[in-house]
Amino acid sequence: MSATVAAMHGVTKRYSDVTALDDVTFALQENRIHGLLGRNGAGKTTAMQILTAQNVATSGAAEIFGERPYENARVLARTCFIRESLKYPDDYKARHVLTAASHVYPHWDRAFADRLVEEFALPVDRACKKLSRGQHSVVGVIIGLASRAPLTFFDEPYLGLDAVARQMFYDHLLADFAENPRTVVLSTHLIDEVSDLIEHVVLIDKGRVLIDEEAEALRGRAITVTGPVESVERFARGHVELHREQLGGFLRVTLSGVQPASAEPNLQFEPVSLQQLVVRTTQQNSGARLEKEVLS
Amino acid sequence: MKDDGRPLFVQIAEEIASAVVDGTYPEETQVPSSNELAAFHRINPATAAKGLNQLVSEGVLYKRRGIGMFVAEGARTRLLERRREDFARQYIAPLVIEARKIGIDPEQLKKMIDVWGDDR
Repeated sequence: MSATVAAMHGVTKRYSDVTALDDVTFALQENRIHGLLGRNGAGKTTAMQILTAQNVATSGAAEIFGERPYENARVLARTCFIRESLKYPDDYKARHVLTAASHVYPHWDRAFADRLVEEFALPVDRACKKLSRGQHSVVGVIIGLASRAPLTFFDEPYLGLDAVARQMFYDHLLADFAENPRTVVLSTHLIDEVSDLIEHVVLIDKGRVLIDEEAEALRGRAITVTGPVESVERFARGHVELHREQLGGFLRVTLSGVQPASAEPNLQFEPVSLQQLVVRTTQQNSGARLEKEVLS
Repeated sequence: MKDDGRPLFVQIAEEIASAVVDGTYPEETQVPSSNELAAFHRINPATAAKGLNQLVSEGVLYKRRGIGMFVAEGARTRLLERRREDFARQYIAPLVIEARKIGIDPEQLKKMIDVWGDDR
């Protein structure tokens, strides 16, 4: 239906003895918001670096806008990559960074940038090195939004941003995306906060792609079933089990690809959020069946 | 939006359908655009558009080119019919299951429903 804007084909990246990416293949579709999810060190940043020519694959191929990204100014000018910790020259003020960005990005919207500066209360005349962690992140967020790059990566852009500022970021992203559709990749740990925003999910763990699917298809993909041990066991038999916890005679299992059975009076069914699905899928991949008190 | 395990676009479609049934959006009036719905519910605009399009394919809404989506004539009546058909599955079934679980037999249940109506 929609065109591929960027893709990785069987990309492997090795650093001496560490395999950061292991035969990774996925595609980013035009004018969609993607969630690139996974734990720290899963390989998300490496994937984005390779797509934006900031890193070289050991094997396999990356393409953006149908071309190879390396030393390709034409396609890189249409790409914006907001990193977790962007470094700016020490003597630069926030204002200088935004001016520099306005020269780099052909679709830069000056008025939009000004409005964001005001709403996020960014002290533009302060030297970058004197900005707080959150203000530093705001600079990145403003560049990512106002650049209107056809392909924009946000890699954990909100270190130090409080809940209010993050909500402002999401609201602006949605509103501006609606007016100026473009391809967005959000790499984040705050899955609950973005689960309604993203249309497509790519989950990476230990350098491999575990999930590459529409967010809508993932909703309701898994359910949690709670009840007396025997009834739950009977219901769970033959289904893919992502997780289990037991408390006395009570059992709770997370199952994949099952519909709730309304005729089971002893069982309670609950939907599993995208965040829970990601946690459970990642845990299952690690083989780490934590008994209780998981990262919920 | 609420995470009840159902697709968001289905929830959007149901919300608008409910608003048509209760008269919030009378027939031949305009409903919110996908961008407005997206901003209000903080969801992806494509998801909101999918919800609206489902209602178009069901004949609840229709498109006016360049203007937006409108409630179709007769939409309310059709939605009401569908809701009555769904009523048993959505409400009677869980009622009977819960009654059985706590030991209310069918006769008692019928009486309770009659009395409930009288009390209100």
